[in-house]
Amino acid sequence: MATLDLEMNSLLKDITIDPANDAVVIDGVSKIFKKSRPLLSRWHKEAVEAKQKREVRAVDNVNLTVKRREIVGILGANGSGKSTLIRMLSTLLIPDEGTVRIFGYDVIKDEAVVQKLINRVSVEASFFKKLSPMENLLYAARLYNMSGAEARKNIREILTRLGIKPDRIDAPLEDMSRGMQQKVAIARAFLTSPILLLLDEPTTGLDPRSKIDVQTFVNELRDVHDATILITTHDMDEAEALCDRVAIIDKGRIVAMGETQALKRVVADIRGQVEPVSMNEVFMHYTAAHLITEEQVKRYGSWEKAFEALEAQREEEE
Amino acid sequence: MSSLIHQARASYAFFERNWNLTKRYWAWEIVWLVYNVANALSITFLGASAQNWGGKGVDTNRLILFLLIGTSVWSYLSVTFEGVTDLITIERWEGTIEHTFMAPISRFTHLVGSCWYAIAHGLLFTFLQLLIVGSFFHLDLARANYLTAIFMLLVGSVSFIGFGIAASVLPLLFTERGSQMSYIIRALLLLVSGVYYDISVMPAWMQPLAKVSPATYVLTGLRSGILDGTPIWSPIVWNSTWPLIIIGVISVPVGIYIFSLAERYAKRTGKLKRNG
Ligand SMILES: Nc1ncnc2c1ncn2[C@@H]1O[C@H](COP(=O)(O)OP(=O)(O)OP(=O)(O)O)[C@@H](O)[C@H]1O
Ligand SMILES: [Mg+2]
Repeated sequence: MATLDLEMNSLLKDITIDPANDAVVIDGVSKIFKKSRPLLSRWHKEAVEAKQKREVRAVDNVNLTVKRREIVGILGANGSGKSTLIRMLSTLLIPDEGTVRIFGYDVIKDEAVVQKLINRVSVEASFFKKLSPMENLLYAARLYNMSGAEARKNIREILTRLGIKPDRIDAPLEDMSRGMQQKVAIARAFLTSPILLLLDEPTTGLDPRSKIDVQTFVNELRDVHDATILITTHDMDEAEALCDRVAIIDKGRIVAMGETQALKRVVADIRGQVEPVSMNEVFMHYTAAHLITEEQVKRYGSWEKAFEALEAQREEEE
Repeated sequence: MSSLIHQARASYAFFERNWNLTKRYWAWEIVWLVYNVANALSITFLGASAQNWGGKGVDTNRLILFLLIGTSVWSYLSVTFEGVTDLITIERWEGTIEHTFMAPISRFTHLVGSCWYAIAHGLLFTFLQLLIVGSFFHLDLARANYLTAIFMLLVGSVSFIGFGIAASVLPLLFTERGSQMSYIIRALLLLVSGVYYDISVMPAWMQPLAKVSPATYVLTGLRSGILDGTPIWSPIVWNSTWPLIIIGVISVPVGIYIFSLAERYAKRTGKLKRNG
């Protein structure tokens, strides 16, 4: 595959980036969502307990640093706070506690600068469905300061690279399959050559070949365009193949962090196995952690023993 | 300078996108046009029937024109206003709102880019409606001063935009029924601005409300242009122009300010979007 000739992102011209800064520094970030109360009950005073019940701590005191040109994966069960975290990095949600810095710029105070450095692909392909991929991407490109002619050329190139047939480029997007739409979404983010790319389950719903296409593309973006990438995924093979490091998040907290090989060894050691375990088992191990109470740790002597007992119990139940 | 080019490109992005959307949803435009024409016609026929009710002294031509101007201005106001409040509604409906709010553009550019299209669209739409409805009546337009009419519409647009931007926060804050809530603002403007009647027939306590509605001034200036052929530089037109300038100069920044407060609130509470 030929490498893509993306011109330097013209938005970055008048932004100075201090090479001493890491790409992403997340420092003690939390996000709490409140469910709204029914209108009539607002007159009554509410007990503290009930109030806490209406709160969801979606992200809970997260610290994470991503170095330049690093590909970091965020793994976690449904509802563990991955998308919420990504949204706070993309200036779409304001954290309740803590700070986020992107290449040294604060996501709230320097919102305008941060927006020039990043782009994000969300799990659902969000487009004007009646418009064609070309029209949708042209709109995006203009928002990111590209001229029409330059954009049209790049859009065709990038969509073709991702395997979209030429006759599809000008037909309404609603007729495309979900996977194809997702590819257009990925193209839209790549088009603006962000130096930090936030990918929220970008390959969910793609066939195996398309997944590899996207992974190749992500790697290329890092290797050729010096991009830093933060990616969430439910595909453990993908995490292993793509990520330099992964963070496992559970109930809004980071419960493990490191290279995939290292994590596999750690979990094997905990379980007293000689062979490294699979990434799937690593995931199961850490995301089951919240099931273990302090009481159980006391009862079984150590956390590891409690975990083993719990796993055994689960196997028995099955 | 380069940032200026960027903001100009971005503002064009909204124009082009909305034009593309209008093209793809063309059937919807026709439905709207038929709806508006039917409404306008039924009101204008009311004027034509005045004679039958014994209104011998009534100048029917003038009454029909009076109502026709009312329906046209009202249609222009509605379509433009809707175009502005739609800037949030459409994106919510399509699911693109996060993509647009993440883009490196100022909110001013975003709003101006969307309004620019709303005005062009509203003018074209109203002109078509006027042509169709006008063809049903034998109107004596010998005295009409069209320059004054267009001038009043354009000056008035600025204030409509301010109101529209302020109203567009409703769908931002109330995810489900927000756009319906913006109908209230429109209904109140219709009530107090003397669209189909003279302000003087309203109860005294309501009349001051007419003074803060931009539509009142647009209608006064426009009617005097079309009915009496008043030129732009006449005192009557000027008396309708300066309040519009003041309302515009106040309402646009206030609208954008309200919008930015609502945006912050939405970003704090997770109201922009939540799935994924
Ligand atoms: N805008 C919001 N308003 C209220 N609650 C929210 C909002 N966004 C997320 N939540 C809640 O926060 C928690 C974390 O959700 P989030 O979407 O971050 O999970 P996730 O890890 O991305 O899950 P998935 O793997 O299913 O995509 C969930 O309990 C969710 O219901
Ligand atoms: Mg998610």
